[in-house]
Amino acid sequence: MNKRNHSIAFWAAVAVFLVAVLSMTQIVRNEYPFFAGYVILQFIALAVAWSILGGYAGYVNFGTNAFFGVGVYTAVALFKATGAPLVVQIAAAAVVGMTLGFGVGLLTLRMRGIFFSIATIALAIIIETFVMNWRFVGGAAGIQIQRPPVMAPFDSYVKMLFFVQAVLAVIAIAIARYVQTSRIGRGLQALRDDELAAECTGVPTLKLKLIACMISGALISAAGAPAAMYLQYADPSSAFNLSYSVSALAMALIGGTAHWIGPVLGAILLGSTQQLLAVTISSEVNVLVLGIMLVLFVVGAPKGIIGLLRPRYRLRAGGKQ
Amino acid sequence: MDLLLGAVVLGVLLGCFYAAVSVGLSVSFGLLDVPHVAHPAFLVLASYGVFQLNESYDIDPLLAGLAITPLFFVFGLLAYRVYYETFERRGSDAAVRGIAFFFGIAFIIEVLIILQFGVDQRSVSATYIGKSWRFGEFRIPIRQLVAFAVALALTVLLAVYLSKTFMGRAIRAVAQDEEALRLMGANPVRIKQFAFGIATAVLGIAGALLIIVAPVEPTLDRAYIGRTFCVVVMAGLGSISGTLIAAIILGVAESIVLTLFGASWAPAISFAMLLGVLAVRPQGLLGR
Repeated sequence: MNKRNHSIAFWAAVAVFLVAVLSMTQIVRNEYPFFAGYVILQFIALAVAWSILGGYAGYVNFGTNAFFGVGVYTAVALFKATGAPLVVQIAAAAVVGMTLGFGVGLLTLRMRGIFFSIATIALAIIIETFVMNWRFVGGAAGIQIQRPPVMAPFDSYVKMLFFVQAVLAVIAIAIARYVQTSRIGRGLQALRDDELAAECTGVPTLKLKLIACMISGALISAAGAPAAMYLQYADPSSAFNLSYSVSALAMALIGGTAHWIGPVLGAILLGSTQQLLAVTISSEVNVLVLGIMLVLFVVGAPKGIIGLLRPRYRLRAGGKQ
Repeated sequence: MDLLLGAVVLGVLLGCFYAAVSVGLSVSFGLLDVPHVAHPAFLVLASYGVFQLNESYDIDPLLAGLAITPLFFVFGLLAYRVYYETFERRGSDAAVRGIAFFFGIAFIIEVLIILQFGVDQRSVSATYIGKSWRFGEFRIPIRQLVAFAVALALTVLLAVYLSKTFMGRAIRAVAQDEEALRLMGANPVRIKQFAFGIATAVLGIAGALLIIVAPVEPTLDRAYIGRTFCVVVMAGLGSISGTLIAAIILGVAESIVLTLFGASWAPAISFAMLLGVLAVRPQGLLGR
């Protein structure tokens, strides 16, 4: 009964949020809030998607940028080849991201700890190198994107992208929330605590890790798909920038990975701080803040913001050891 | 054919240089199991230190590298102390959060360099930079030869240190069986801290070599994450002689790909080799 009430509250909040986002696009004239809001929503989607593998299963994926870049370039290639609409681009990016997740999973999920992390960095660089040598999408020089006419009821493309990214973030959150409470999530948490013990008690660890990797990959690629339309431009070194990996991971760890709300809080906090700093000071300083916050939280608050807010998580973590 | 031969020769020179930048990681990650992804960031930081000394006092880059070595030794001692107190001693998911910790450090170093020196490429001046030797068809830049000789000496020196001296043997012993060492009355943490200091100190010279071989820029460490980890993993964790062999293999592979396919494919070589090794022979060439 309690769980059901939680569900009702969650979906009610989602509905209110989406209605608020939609009405904001109709009322607010100034475009800047949508520019900034888009980036924060994108980071919410990335951090939540990252935590499905990185947080629940404890596999630290540094290849977020690989999935993000693949999402960007799936959309670019599809748009250039067929002029497909945004929804189709996003769906295609999700499918490609899921396939990539499956491949990455098969290749790397038997590796533990840092070997897995380094392998995911490696994959990102290899894929980036292929895209750099791919003439059709502009190679290393990048490619300009001409936005198609905007659809009703939106009066500008950025407002539409803002709404689309809000929907993507909500989808990512809903899936992460479902995974957390389902058998998949409990299995992932079991293998996170002790993979060997989980395997011995009959948890199908490899299968669960593969599922987590596919879901996480699909969501990250989908979140990256609109990026080319947002910037009206795409180039390999920004689409595959390592800072997407570090941001997603930092936001999830800072928020806390024991619950889906953690990455959301982390992304909102860090994302809006960064937007503010990038405007008021410089983009270098916001990378500095990212690094310092990451180090401080990893050292001082291993369970993140939710660990600080809810001592229950700390107790649970204490009980594990 | 001559072209290929030239590529192999340059590859061997490059490989010894890669050994010098990786050998510290071979100690910190290979022997001590610290997930030190900030190793290349410290390397680039050392290069900027060398640049600063060269620029303001006109000191030879190699001497400058030697001069900052003690500073880097202290850096290493401090970094290990923080890592030990916050992760190793608390146990549990030390490795996972340790990686995040060192990535954070790497990002902080990158930004501090950008804030201090800007994003432009920086290089040093010395009498041996800019000239080259001709051997019939191909030319070898003298800067590469200098880097090769110093790198080789550095790697051999560290290998001898670890196998012949008392402290070196203690470091290898702590890597093999920490508990046994503790029972014999030694303090494994002190030994590991000292080893980490050595691993970081070596970067003073390695950083000098980095800026001698080519100009540096603040985000150069990202390219070296692949190279250094590729070398250390391919070598077999903690094997210093393996480090030299693996580094030469990487250097030659990179040099040949560069000659045959062009520069745009080069960044992926080290990572592709790393993935191959992890998938096929995770214990490395000379694995323990």
